[in-house]
Amino acid sequence: MGSIELVCPAGSPPMLRAAVEAGADSVYCGLRDETNARNFPGLNFSPAEMNEAVTFARDHGARVLVAINTFARAGADETWRRSVDTAVAAGAHAVIVADIGVLSYARQAYPDLRLHLSVQAAANSAEAIAFYAESFGVRRVVLPRVMTAPEIATLAKATSVELEAFVFGGLCVMAEGRCALSSYATGRSPNLSGVCSPPEAVSFETDANGLTPRLAGVAIDRFAADEAAGYPTLCKGRFEAMGDTSYLFEDPVSLNAMTVLRDLRAAGVKAIKVEGRQRGKTYVRRVTEAFRGAIDALDAGRDCEPFARMLTDLAEGGRETEGAYKRKWR
Amino acid sequence: MSDLELTVGPLMFLWSPERIADYYAQVAAAPEVSRVYLGEVVCGKRSPLTVESLLLAEEVLTRAGKSVVWASQALPATPREARAVRELAEASALLEVNDVAALACLPKGAAFVAGPMLNLYNESAVAALVARGCQRICANVELSLDAVAAIAKACPQVEIELFAYGRLPLALSGRCYHARAHKTHKDGCLFVCETDPDGMTVRTVDGEPFLAVNGIQTMSHGVHLADAEVGRLAAAGVKALRISPHTGDVRAVLAAFGAFVRGELDGAGLRAAVAATRPPGPLINGYLHGEAGMLSMEVL
Repeated sequence: MGSIELVCPAGSPPMLRAAVEAGADSVYCGLRDETNARNFPGLNFSPAEMNEAVTFARDHGARVLVAINTFARAGADETWRRSVDTAVAAGAHAVIVADIGVLSYARQAYPDLRLHLSVQAAANSAEAIAFYAESFGVRRVVLPRVMTAPEIATLAKATSVELEAFVFGGLCVMAEGRCALSSYATGRSPNLSGVCSPPEAVSFETDANGLTPRLAGVAIDRFAADEAAGYPTLCKGRFEAMGDTSYLFEDPVSLNAMTVLRDLRAAGVKAIKVEGRQRGKTYVRRVTEAFRGAIDALDAGRDCEPFARMLTDLAEGGRETEGAYKRKWR
Repeated sequence: MSDLELTVGPLMFLWSPERIADYYAQVAAAPEVSRVYLGEVVCGKRSPLTVESLLLAEEVLTRAGKSVVWASQALPATPREARAVRELAEASALLEVNDVAALACLPKGAAFVAGPMLNLYNESAVAALVARGCQRICANVELSLDAVAAIAKACPQVEIELFAYGRLPLALSGRCYHARAHKTHKDGCLFVCETDPDGMTVRTVDGEPFLAVNGIQTMSHGVHLADAEVGRLAAAGVKALRISPHTGDVRAVLAAFGAFVRGELDGAGLRAAVAATRPPGPLINGYLHGEAGMLSMEVL
C-alpha cells in the first residue's frame, strides 16, 4: 500500500475481483438488501458471496469493507443488525455505517469490530467526528463531498480519526444523508431505501418540445433533439428560478479530483474513495488502474496529472469537476 | 380536547428585524403556543444579521410565559460556525440539536431536543440518544406516522414532536443555491436570500412550482400539514405539534391549530382553516402516510 489507501467500489463479485487485480488496497461492497445505499436490482452480494469475497481479497493482500449504510427502518432494525452479523461472520475488515442505532449495536455486539462512518452520516466537523469516535469508537470517517481541500486540512489537524475522501465518480451536491429530495418526489430515498431517483419512478416523454425525462411525473429536464439525455437524477436536472432555466443545483458532471490528490494527501487524508458500485467491472478496472498509477507516481515523487486524462470519457455527460474541493464551487 | 402541545419551530429564513419582531409579537400573543425554538439553523453567515432580533424575541416570548429553546445550526461548516455551536451548547439550559456536532459540545448528561434535521429514523438511534440526555425529538420529516408510533412505543420516555406546518426542510448543501441563481457564490452572496421570505420558488421546465430554495437549504414547494385526526396523533405517541415560521397570517394559522388540538376542528377542518390563511404553497402530507412527501392525501 502506498501513502494513501485506494478504496474502490464492488457492486458484484466480478467487479470486486477486477478492483483487487487492478490494484485496489480495499474494496467496499454491500449485501443484497435495503441495508446498503446501492440497493439496485442485480447488484450486491449474498452472504456466501461475501465470504468468498473476503477470502479472495485477503489472498491478494486487499481488504473488504462492508457498507451497511442506510438508516434502519423504525420497527425493523433487526434486518440491519443481521447485516452486521453477516459482515462479521464473513471476516470483513470493517463495516461502514451511518445510523446511530446500527453503530450502537455494532459496538455493543462486536467491541473489536472496526467501524467506519459512512458518508451518509455527513460528519464534516471535528465536533461531529468526536461524537462518533467517543460514542462508538469509530476509526475512520468518510467525508461528505461539500468541503474544500484546505477545510479538510484544518479538520485533519483537529481529529485523530482517519479521514477518507471521495475522488472520483458521481457527485452528490447535497450533504449526503441530509437530502430527502428523492423521497419528496418518489417516496424512496437514499436514507430510507438505498436509492436516489429510483428507476421505477422514471419515464421519458417525447413531443414537439423535445425529450422530457420525468421522475414520478415531475419534469426533471428537457432535451432538444440533438442533445444527449442522461439519467434523470433529481438534483442534476434543469429547473426554472427567477425566470431563468438552468442546472440550478448542479450540472450533470462527475467528480474527478485526481488533480487535487497531492493536496488531499498533504491535508492528511488517509484513504481515497472511488464511487460507482453500479458501474461494472470495466469501469472499476480502469479507474483503479489510473488511481493506482497516480498514487504510485506521487509516492515516487512524480506528477500524477497524466493519469487524470485517462478517465475523462468515463464521466457523466463527458464532463468533470473538482467539485467542492475548489472554493469557487460553493 | 387533547393534551397536544403547540410549538413554533426555528425560523429558517433570513427575515428583516421588523418582520422578526412582528412575527414573534404575534406568537407571544397566541395563548395556544407553549414553546418556541429560536436560532439560526440554516446558514451561519446570517447569524450576525438576526441575533439581536432573536434575543429581543426571546425577551418578548419569555415575558408572555412561553418557554424558549435555542436551536443549533444544521450543517456547521466553518470554524466560526463550529464555535457558535459550541457557545450555544454551553450556554443553553436545553438545546435543540440539529447536527451531531452540537452533541459533542453539550456538557455530559445535559438535556437536549433532537431536531428534525438530525438523522433519527428508528428506535435504536433514539434510544442511543436518550442515554445521552435526549428528552424530546422532533421527528425527521421523512418519517411516516407509523414509524413515529414505532419509535414512541419503543422509547416511551422520549417526548415526540411532529413537524406539523410549513415547507419541508428537504436538503442541505455546501453550496448556496440562492447565490448560484443570482450568478454569484456563497462567499459573495450579498444575502440575496433575504429577498424570498418563504424561499425562492423553483419550477419545473413545465412551469410547475416544485421546490423552494433557501440559501444552502432546499425545501418543498408544498406546505406540509400534519392533518391526521387528533386521536391518531395521540395514539402514535405524539406529544407536540410544531408550526414552522412563514409569512402570512400567523395568528390565523395558530388559531386553527389551537382549535384542532382542543377538538373543535377535525383533520379536514384543520386543512380547510389553514388553506384559508393562504400558505405559500399547496397543502401536502404524503410523508405522514409513508408516501412521497409532495402528495396530498386523504386526512389520516
